[in-house]
Amino acid sequence: MTSLPSHTEKSLGLVIDLDTCVGCHACVTACKGWNTENYGAPLADKDAYGAEPVGSFLNRIHSFEVQPETGPAQLIHFPKSCLHCADAPCVTVCPTGASYKRQEDGIVLVNESDCIGCGLCAWACPYGAREMDPVEQVMKKCTLCVDRIYNENLPEEDRQPACVRTCPAGARHFGDLADPESGVSKLVAERGGIDLMPEQGTAPVNQYLPPRPKDEAPEFDVLAPYLEPVAEEPRGFLGWLDRTLEKIG
Amino acid sequence: MTQPTIDTSPKVSDEVRKTTCYMCACRCGINVHLKDGEVAYIEGNRDHPVNRGVLCAKGASGIMQHLSPARLQAPLKRVGPRGSGEFEQITWKEALETAVSWLKPLRDSDPTKLAFFTGRDQSQSFTSYWAQSFGTPNYAAHGGFCSVNMAAAGIYTMGGAFWEFGQPDWDRTKLFMIFGVAEDHDSNPIKMGIGKLKGRGAKVIGVNPIRTGYNAVADEWVGITPGTDGLFILSLVHCLMKAGRIDLDYLARFTDAPCLVNDDEKSEDYGLILRNEAGKALVIDRRTGKPEAFDTPGVQPDLAGSYRHAGVSHRPVLHHMAERYLSNDYAPETVAPKVGLKPERIRAIAAEIARVAFDESFELEREWTDFRGETHKTMVGRPVSFHAMRGISAHSNGFQTCRALHLLQIILGSVEVPGGFRFKPPYPKPATAHPKPHGSAQPGKPLDGPHLGFVHGPDDLLVDDQNRAKRIDKAFSWDNPMSAHGLMHMLISNAHAGDPYKIDTMMLYMANMAWNSSMNTSQVMKMLTDTDESGEYVIPRIIYSDAYSSEMVAYADLILPDTTYLERHDCISLLDRPICEAEAAADAIRWPVVEPGRDVRGFQSVLCDLGGRLGLPGFTNEDGSTKYADYADYIQNHERKPGIGPLAGWRGKGDKHGRGPANPDQIAKYIENGSFWVSHIPADAEFYKPWNAAYQDWAVEIGIFDQPTPYLFTLWCEPLRRFQLAAEGKHRLSPPDHLKARIAETMDPLPIWYPPFSDVDESFDVHALTQRPMAMYHSWGSQNAWLRQIHGRNLLYVPTKIWQANGFEDGDWARVTSPHGEITVPVALMAALNENTVWTWNAIGKRKGAWALDEKAPEATKGFLLNHIIHELLPPRGDGLRWANSDPITGQAAWFDLRVRIEKVAAPKEAHPAHPPQKSPVSEAPKNVTRKIGA
Repeated sequence: MTSLPSHTEKSLGLVIDLDTCVGCHACVTACKGWNTENYGAPLADKDAYGAEPVGSFLNRIHSFEVQPETGPAQLIHFPKSCLHCADAPCVTVCPTGASYKRQEDGIVLVNESDCIGCGLCAWACPYGAREMDPVEQVMKKCTLCVDRIYNENLPEEDRQPACVRTCPAGARHFGDLADPESGVSKLVAERGGIDLMPEQGTAPVNQYLPPRPKDEAPEFDVLAPYLEPVAEEPRGFLGWLDRTLEKIG
Repeated sequence: MTQPTIDTSPKVSDEVRKTTCYMCACRCGINVHLKDGEVAYIEGNRDHPVNRGVLCAKGASGIMQHLSPARLQAPLKRVGPRGSGEFEQITWKEALETAVSWLKPLRDSDPTKLAFFTGRDQSQSFTSYWAQSFGTPNYAAHGGFCSVNMAAAGIYTMGGAFWEFGQPDWDRTKLFMIFGVAEDHDSNPIKMGIGKLKGRGAKVIGVNPIRTGYNAVADEWVGITPGTDGLFILSLVHCLMKAGRIDLDYLARFTDAPCLVNDDEKSEDYGLILRNEAGKALVIDRRTGKPEAFDTPGVQPDLAGSYRHAGVSHRPVLHHMAERYLSNDYAPETVAPKVGLKPERIRAIAAEIARVAFDESFELEREWTDFRGETHKTMVGRPVSFHAMRGISAHSNGFQTCRALHLLQIILGSVEVPGGFRFKPPYPKPATAHPKPHGSAQPGKPLDGPHLGFVHGPDDLLVDDQNRAKRIDKAFSWDNPMSAHGLMHMLISNAHAGDPYKIDTMMLYMANMAWNSSMNTSQVMKMLTDTDESGEYVIPRIIYSDAYSSEMVAYADLILPDTTYLERHDCISLLDRPICEAEAAADAIRWPVVEPGRDVRGFQSVLCDLGGRLGLPGFTNEDGSTKYADYADYIQNHERKPGIGPLAGWRGKGDKHGRGPANPDQIAKYIENGSFWVSHIPADAEFYKPWNAAYQDWAVEIGIFDQPTPYLFTLWCEPLRRFQLAAEGKHRLSPPDHLKARIAETMDPLPIWYPPFSDVDESFDVHALTQRPMAMYHSWGSQNAWLRQIHGRNLLYVPTKIWQANGFEDGDWARVTSPHGEITVPVALMAALNENTVWTWNAIGKRKGAWALDEKAPEATKGFLLNHIIHELLPPRGDGLRWANSDPITGQAAWFDLRVRIEKVAAPKEAHPAHPPQKSPVSEAPKNVTRKIGA
C-alpha cells in the first residue's frame, strides 16, 4: 500500500464551469494529442478502425439530462478527469507505489515503470477517472499536464494543461486551489464551486461550478412597461407612428 | 517516501509550422508541431484572428485525419461496375490524359455537357474561375443544400448575413438569441463568444426544438415546433411594433422604411419603390416635404411621408409594415398553437428584447460621419444580437424566415451598432453590388460571366425563350429564381432524368453525393448506376477528387486523389470566403507543412494542369503553354483585376496590402507571419459600416470596393416584388402557369410565413431533424480514430410523449416512415426535446467498405442516415411535373421539412436499409494505433 503526503505545498487543479461547457469535446482530443506524445506510453486505440474501438482517454465528457421540479428538462455536459484528490483512494490502494501524490503540488501520477497493471486503483476511484491502456496495459490518468505546466520549453502563457489551453468556451480554469487569492479560488468562491461526490470523502481538488438557474420566469410584468401598446386602438398608421415617436422622444 | 524524478520540461518538438486548419469550415490557425519531420501534435495558434489559440475537438484530432488509413494513394481507374469499388491504380499521366480525352470534346462541341460541382470547397473563386474558363454554366458548390437561405436573405435584406458575413458584438452584447442548428458556422468563434457572455453573466436564449450544444447552456430554451421560426419571429415583431419599441430614428436614416412604394394596382410598377432618373430611391425630406434621393446630403427622411406623383399614390415601406405586422394575424394568441409556445412566453421574450435593446442601451464616445455628411458625436448601442444558420434555413419557408429574422434585427436598430450584429469585410455589400448569374455557353468559349450571383428580377433569370432552365440544376429558373448558390442536391436527379437536358461528364470535388451529401441516398446510388437501352450509364462519365476512400469514390470512373490539409497549398481569400473579423480584414493560406508520401496531388494544382492541357483562357499563356505550374503559382500570380489577387497581404515588393502588383514571394511572407494577414479597421469606421464614410473610404483603399457604396437596408425586397409582378402578368416575361400562384404567394416583398410544403399529410405527425455533433461538424467523415470513439454510432432521439405512447424501452428499435420511404433504426429517450420532434446525429452512418473501416464497424451496422427518407422531390401531384423539395425562392434543400411516423419494431440485426459493401480501394487499416514520434 502507498501513503499520501501529509501536506502538499500547493493544490493544483482544475475548475470546470458547467454553466459554460457546451460539450464540444475539444478538451478530450487536445488531451489525447498532448499525452500521446508526452508523459508515459502513448494513449493507444485498440481496434481503432474496427467494430469495438477502445482507446485510453484521460478526460471524457459525459452528457446527462436533468428534470427540474418546474420547467423543461435540461442537458448538462459534464467533463470528467482525475480530480487529484487530497485523500486519493487510488494512491493508498496501489500495491507497488506506482500511484502517488506529489508533495509539491498535489498532482496524482502513475509511475508507469512501477505499474503492474493490476487495476486496483481504477476500482478504488469513485469517479471512474482512471483507464487501463488497452495496449500497453499500464494505468493511465490525467497528469494535469505536469510536463506542460512547468515546461521551460513552452512560452509562459502556454504553461497550462492542454485541455485548458484549447477550451473554446473558456469553461476550464487551472490554478492553485490551496491559495485563496488565486484566480481559481476566487472563481470557486464567487460561483459556489462544489466538490464532486463529497460523501466519498476523497476531498477532490478539482472543483465544478454549477449551472446557473435556467428557464426562470421573467421578474417583470411583461406588458408594462416594456410592451405597453402605444395606443389601445391605434387609429391608422399615422396615429401609431405619432404615438411611437412620442414614446421614444 | 521518495517521489520519482520526472522530466517536467521535455522538448516539445523540433519545429512548429503554422498553417490553417481544414477539419471543418471554420479555418482556425494551427501550430503543427513536427518531430523527426513527422506531425506530432496540433494546437491552436494564439495570434490567429479566428481562434486566438483555442481549437475544437476536430482540430485537435487533425493528426488522425492526416494519418487516416482511408487516404487514397494514387490515381484510380474504375474496372468493375459502378458502385462496386473495383479500381486499378494508374499513373497521373494516364489520369490526366483520360480526363482531357473526355473533357476536350465537350468543350469543343457543347460545354454544358460538363457539370462541375464542388462540395465543401474552400477555393470557390478558383474552381468557379476554372469552370467559367471551360465554358460550362453547370458549376456550383454545396451552398444550395446547406444554408443559402441564410446567406441570400441576409444579402438581399442588409448586404450580409451571419458567419463569414458578420458576427455579434461579443464584447458588448447583453442578450444573445440563437436559432436552430447553428453549431458549425462559425464553430470556435461562437463558442468563444458564448464563453464571453457567460463570463459576464449576459443572457443567452436558444430557440431550437432540440436542447443540445449551445441550447444546453442557454439560460432560456424555447423548444419551438420545427419550421415555425418565421411565425414566432414575426410575432415578436408584432409585439415590438405594437408597443412602439422600435428604433424609428435608425429606420428613417439607414433603411428603406421611408422609401415610397407605388400604391396603384393598375401601374406596371405597382409595389415597386419610387426612384429618380438615376435609379436612386426617393424619400420625403422632412425639411421641405419634397421627394429627394435617399443619399442627398442633409436629407431627413420622413417616415410618414406619402407622395402622389403623376396620378399614382405612394406610401412609405413603414406604412406597409405597420399594416401587416400590427395585424392580429401575428398576435401571440394567434400564432401560439402553430409554434407550440404559450402566448405569454412569446410576449415575455419580446419584452426582454425590448428591455435590453432600449433600456440597456449605451453610447460609445466615438465621432463618425455618415454618408449624407452628418457627423454624429457618439455611437449608440443596442445590445441585442442574434445568430442562426442551417436550422431555420433548411425549410421550404427558410428564405422568408431568414428575412424575418433580419427584419427583427433591423427594427431594433441592432445591426452594425455597438452590442448588436457587425459585418465582417468584404461585407457589408448590397445585393446590387454582386454580379448577376451567367449561363450562356458557346462551343470552345468561356462562359459569358460568373456562374453564381444575385438576380433582381425576371430579366436576370437563366432560362431560354421557352422558359427552360439553362443550368442542369435549374438554378435561376422560375422554379427557384433567386438560387444564389445553385442546387447541388438536384444535380444527379436532374442529370439522370435528362431534365432539362442530358450531360456527359460529372466532375465532383469533396462532395460525398453517393452518401450523406445527397437527399434520397438509396435512389441516388441507383441513378449513378442506371444504364440506358444501349447499356451505357445514364450519367456517362464521373470524375471525382477526394483525399479519402469515401462512399462516392465507388461511383466514379476516374479518381484524382487529393492531399490532406497539411500537405497542400490553399488560400482563404477576400475574393471568396475570407476569415475577416468585424474589426479587421484578414485572409490566410495553407501550405505543405509535410510532403505527402503518396502519389497524390492537390486538386487545385491538378485543375491548373488540366486548364493548361485543355487550353483554357486564364490557364494558358499566349504561346499556349500552361500558365500556372501549380496552385501556389496561381495564388501568388493570378490577378482578378489589376492589383487585386487571391491574397491581399504583402503584395508588390511585400510593402503593399490590399491593392498592389503580384509578389512572387508572397506565400513566404504569409508563412513568416503564421499563415495569415490581418489589417485593422480604424476605430471611427468600426460600426455603421454601410453608412460610415470612414469605413467606405477604408474599404476602397484596401480594394474591397472601387468606390464608396453606401446603401439602405431593404426591408422591402424589390426583386421579390418583380417576380410577383411577372406572376400577376405585369412583366415582359411570364412564369409558366403552374408556378404563377406559388410565386405570387411566396415571393412577398415583406417577410411572411407560410407552412413548410411537406406539412400536407397530417398522418405524418412527427418532425424529424438531423444535426452533426460539434466534434464532427463539417468534418470529413468519422473514420478519424479518435472522433469515432466519441460518436461511433447514432441513435434516434425520441421525446417522452412519443416514447411512452409507443412503449419504447432502452435498446429498442423503430421503423421510421416518411411519405417517401422507411428506415429501421435504434432509439433512445430524450426529454429536453420538442414533444413532436425526433432527431439524430447526421453522417455517422457509413457504407460498408468505405473509409477503411471494418465492415462490422458500428457506423456500418447500426449507424444510419435520415437521407434515405428525404426525397429531393415533393410527392407527385398528378401533374407530371417534378417539384423540388426546396425553398421556392432560393432552391435551398428543405432537409428539415421532413415529417414521419414512428412505430416500435423487433430489433433487426442491422439498421435498415443495409447496402452491400463496396470494395475498399485502400489497404486494410491497422488494428491498433499506438503512435509516438521519436519514442
